[in-house]
Amino acid sequence: MKKLMKGNEAIAEAAIQAGCKCYFGYPITPQNEVPEYMSWRLREMGGVFKQAESEVASVNMVYGAGAAGVRAMTSSSGLGIALMQEGITNLASTQVPAVFLNVMRGGPGLGTIQASQADYNQMTRGGGNGDYYLPTYAPSTLQEACDLIQKAFDTAFKYRTPVGVMVDATIGNMMESVDIKENVQPDPSIPDVNEWCIRGGRREDGSVHRIKGLFNVPEECEAFNEELAKKYDKIRENEVMVDIKDCEGADVVIVAYGTTARIAKQTMKLGKENGLKIGMVRPQTVWPFPYDELREACRDAKGVLCAEMAIDQLLQDVKLALEGTKPIATYHRLSGVMPSANDMYDACVKLAKEAK
Amino acid sequence: MGEMIYKRTDFLKARPTHYCPGCTHGLEHKLVGEVLEELGVIDRSIMVISVGCSAPAYDYANVDNIACLHGRAPATATGVKAALPDSIVYLHQGDGDLLSIGLDETISAAGRGENITVVFANNNIYGMTGGQMAATTLIGQKATTCPAGRDPHLDGYPMKACEMIATLTAPKLVARTALYDIPHIIQTKKILKKAFQNQIDKKGYSFVEILSTCPTNWHMSPQASMEHVKNEMEEVYPLGIFKDED
Repeated sequence: MKKLMKGNEAIAEAAIQAGCKCYFGYPITPQNEVPEYMSWRLREMGGVFKQAESEVASVNMVYGAGAAGVRAMTSSSGLGIALMQEGITNLASTQVPAVFLNVMRGGPGLGTIQASQADYNQMTRGGGNGDYYLPTYAPSTLQEACDLIQKAFDTAFKYRTPVGVMVDATIGNMMESVDIKENVQPDPSIPDVNEWCIRGGRREDGSVHRIKGLFNVPEECEAFNEELAKKYDKIRENEVMVDIKDCEGADVVIVAYGTTARIAKQTMKLGKENGLKIGMVRPQTVWPFPYDELREACRDAKGVLCAEMAIDQLLQDVKLALEGTKPIATYHRLSGVMPSANDMYDACVKLAKEAK
Repeated sequence: MGEMIYKRTDFLKARPTHYCPGCTHGLEHKLVGEVLEELGVIDRSIMVISVGCSAPAYDYANVDNIACLHGRAPATATGVKAALPDSIVYLHQGDGDLLSIGLDETISAAGRGENITVVFANNNIYGMTGGQMAATTLIGQKATTCPAGRDPHLDGYPMKACEMIATLTAPKLVARTALYDIPHIIQTKKILKKAFQNQIDKKGYSFVEILSTCPTNWHMSPQASMEHVKNEMEEVYPLGIFKDED
């Protein structure tokens, strides 16, 4: 049933409907409605809500619950996610599934509380130590945010990995009509958690489960890293999601995600009205990034416009995808100053002219 | 055939530990193991392992266990307990982990009254990293980051965990014990039993600080280390029950 809901609350409800049983979080704007909603709704649904003493504690609480094989999550904004990075790399190394929602605000540092996409590198490159990645979804509507946070739990448990969902403050705080899938059952291909999770005591055969990321022998740690790398290859192979619109025969292709992609839709409309063919590639997963899909979609384009609410972060992946085959222009607004469809259109016109 | 009157606790695997001769960590694991066995809860026990000398304890625990990031064991235990409310959670933490890097998690878990049992091995030093000064290092005690001895004007004063935690409303049992002779070992075991019984009865948070030895980094023999606990440490860290609510 369609309902008009506020972003942060809708995402929280979607998580609960996907079987989230434990939520741990610390207040930070612009995502406070997530813990507020969870505090009554999750408890009403028989789950556990704990307000942590810090984001450092939140991520480690998530670790404990995830290690028990339970669907657990936290949410925060860039500063808080920064504090969680040690915990996120620990989850990657201990192969404990969990979901992290980042409702992005402006940075660096304390920055602003308004919408931004400047945590792209934080989410896709990781701030923690070691060879790990954080598979991350980047929805652009409230409906997609609800669908993808539900999928994020499956991905986390399928691969036993922490998974990120990142939206900007606009998506977190706007109201939109959503149809949240209820009582979503886990993907049947997910291995039984009892094969690895801690439950207390030991198995019937006397074996114990231990969750740990520390190695005393270098060769063992190296072998583990190689195994982890294979897992990331599998995720790259199977989990890329991308939305491609009107790219065939396009003069200019815009690459954008999240709220910027919504604005880019308006820019495409302006193109239609004025005779400039504009297509769009909208990554729905930013790690793994749709490199091949992007390159293929831009085949006909004279140039590619990378639009984001950050300075040249998404651009790095666009460059990797295009391998120097197309001229690239950039358009950005920052820290809560919203991109404009008209300015984005002007950038497309300029690019089409110069790229001829 | 003789009668079996003593055996290794089933809580621990049959293997030697890496602990230095004269260190009390192993004895502390053993006492906890015996208590859990006597209480009949081995089959739902989880060892929550911290960073410090006891980090490799995942090789000794003969029950499910989880190794935590430095200082975060109380937060991780909170998560474990949220997911598994009937599990019996044993946290083993040293002074760097519990009182310095993890002080926030320690106090906050105690303040919330998490239904967990914390065993605090206070040996006044960073053992695993080679003998640096801890929050608990005694005034005048030498460590690698206070080679002339801890000077309160430069390094402040020893921090007292039990005294701090006992000010909170939620904790049910807060106690400090030692292991330097048989009566104190028996007393420690008794207090540990109460601490875990509280958890089994879902009464809430219990905290047992054990004055522990570090012969290697104290540069003392095991025997002299025990005497040091009795004669020097106990003066700054008095033994006793700071809080016991039924």
